[in-house]
Amino acid sequence: MHETHYFDANASQKLCPAARDAILLAFEAVGNPSSVHRPGRTVRRIMEDARDVIANGFGLQSQDLVFTSGGTEADATAIHAMSVGRRLIISAIEHDAVRSAATGAVIVPVGRNGIADMEALETLLSDGNPSLVCLMLANNETGVVQPVEQAAALCRRYGALLHVDAVQAAGRIPVRLDLLGAHSLAISSHKLGGPAGVGALLLAPDAPFTAPLVSGGGQERGRRGGTPPVALIAGFAAAVLAGQAADQQRIATLRDAAERAALACGAVVCGDPEHRLPNTSCIALPGVAAGVQVIALDLEGIAVSAGAACSSGKVQTSHVLQAMGLGTLAGEAIRVSLPWNVMEADIDAFAIAYRRVADRLRPTLVQGHARS
Amino acid sequence: MRIVVAMSGGVDSSAVAGLLHEQGHEVIGVTLQLYDHGAATGRKGACCAGQDIHDARRVADRLGISHYVIDAEERFAKAVIAGFADSYANGETPVPCITCNQTVKFADLSVLARDLGAERLATGHYVRRLDGPDGAELHRAVDPARDQSWFLFATTRQQLDMCLFPLGGMEDKRAVRDVAQRLGLGVAEKPDSQDICFVPAGSYADIIGKIRPDALEAGQIVTADGRVVGSHDGIARYTVGQGKRLGDAAMLDGQRQVVISTEPGRRRVVVGPRGTGTRMMTLRDVNWLIPAPAQDLRCAVKLRAREEPRAAIVRIDSGLTTVVLDEPALPAPGQACVFYLEERILGGGIINRSVV
Repeated sequence: MHETHYFDANASQKLCPAARDAILLAFEAVGNPSSVHRPGRTVRRIMEDARDVIANGFGLQSQDLVFTSGGTEADATAIHAMSVGRRLIISAIEHDAVRSAATGAVIVPVGRNGIADMEALETLLSDGNPSLVCLMLANNETGVVQPVEQAAALCRRYGALLHVDAVQAAGRIPVRLDLLGAHSLAISSHKLGGPAGVGALLLAPDAPFTAPLVSGGGQERGRRGGTPPVALIAGFAAAVLAGQAADQQRIATLRDAAERAALACGAVVCGDPEHRLPNTSCIALPGVAAGVQVIALDLEGIAVSAGAACSSGKVQTSHVLQAMGLGTLAGEAIRVSLPWNVMEADIDAFAIAYRRVADRLRPTLVQGHARS
Repeated sequence: MRIVVAMSGGVDSSAVAGLLHEQGHEVIGVTLQLYDHGAATGRKGACCAGQDIHDARRVADRLGISHYVIDAEERFAKAVIAGFADSYANGETPVPCITCNQTVKFADLSVLARDLGAERLATGHYVRRLDGPDGAELHRAVDPARDQSWFLFATTRQQLDMCLFPLGGMEDKRAVRDVAQRLGLGVAEKPDSQDICFVPAGSYADIIGKIRPDALEAGQIVTADGRVVGSHDGIARYTVGQGKRLGDAAMLDGQRQVVISTEPGRRRVVVGPRGTGTRMMTLRDVNWLIPAPAQDLRCAVKLRAREEPRAAIVRIDSGLTTVVLDEPALPAPGQACVFYLEERILGGGIINRSVV
């Protein structure tokens, strides 16, 4: 068995030490944050301290942060609470969390570079119909950063609302709701080094909130019922703090090295290389099915992913890359996403394994034009 | 060595994975997602993967082997399901398992195995692959009740070279279940799968109706001399040799009737007295597991999955493969005619409609 080198941070990544410590500490506490008694107040304080940290980190007031079970629930809550009486407009590259919640939405196309078409968005908005627009801040498959500020300005000009899925961007590039100008933002803990099972919906002061998805006991100011997982929330906040101190340039340098190794084997990079998250690369090997690449690399001890894996684990052709008009290449691309704890040795291992797999899977092409 | 095992989630292929793992091989489990299970069973909210994929993964977990799910839905729909419906619409009775083995299972998985650097592809089929003087040979399973050689005649010699069938030598199914039990696999007592995998609860007409509604259009039941003796609700519901579903036409002039042919163009089902038969048929999609014979080949043939072999001569005449049976029978177009020499499978083909 090989040692495993992990390159699937955009799926989930290792819990950072600070988050782990915070979780273990918080698990020592007993109580429900809604309780009147002292133990209840103790856990409530842990939760509210965490809320302050996260809200502050993303440029908003604590009372505008709603804890959820994760990014999917945050997206679904935003769409549920803000779309009443509004037409839905989403980009073609949104995550399934948005796509499945935004049924019947009008689609904004993306270019071959993976960037949503703002002219098309303006054309849609210019009819003045009340709308809720969903545009992700960075795409989960390509890492391409979207023109969210521009979209926010358009939305505000035409009286529309903007929800931003920032699940992949949070912790990797600076994200501030106030500067973006959007109405709401969804983030997830485990994508940024915290525990899975918690996320948050961040609401701008002027964002409407019609009704919660689950009302329950009125927790989270009536915007999300159910007892919050306080220990996970404490870990979430610790991960946000740790992420602010992380050296993203180091990650980007290692990502570029991995990318160069793949390019040398005849691979091509999908999406605008200039506007990307520092940790993500979407690499296509022409003529080789993505699913086979993922399996072959896994057998070499390299963990990457392709497209969006459904619960069965089968690899489906990426709707994101299809929307970019990449044709057959859409089924031939893998996603390499570096975690916070990636080391240079991991990149070396990737380069060796990728070469071996590429040589085996496309021996004729490697000897031909692709290498020249 | 590195071996890819095609794991269906059933006890047979699970036992194969377990046995090869136990022998010290590097086993890679692969499960094909062939169709949307949720849609096929019509259960709203059911997972597209279904219980079998879950079972295969749990077996792999238990063994501690790598396991992957391959999306073969599109390929399966085109290569197997579409042909299945077309075949019925053309008045045949297809064997989708043969098409699946021929395309998705052995052709595609042997390529995948090679892509993954594996030396062998193993399956849970009950057949034996023996090394002969001229390379790999395909033989019937030791347990005649389980033998699946009829379904595997279309495996090419190249594919056969790469294949392993560890269950071909097993005494019976109980022995396989005991292996699974001994290895602690949760599927040890799982019931055998039934019928055609993508047809929920045996309603194959529903699937055909969706793809080829013409195959379910009503028509006449006639005798060989054209006398109208009844009506039917779609030729897809009739197979040559069938005695059921004939209504009043089941008994004519004091003789029990069976279907002797179908006429898709005129949407007619033709009946004749039981015992009617033919001695000659032509085959298509012929595959030889020996060098194609230059002269008449005397061997035994099986026209259905479950029947005793019958004596016959196979003849290749200017590219056309013809089979001459010693005794008349009712070969059903679309089914396979597989050639045997005692225990060994020599080849086979699909029975053509134009029975001579």
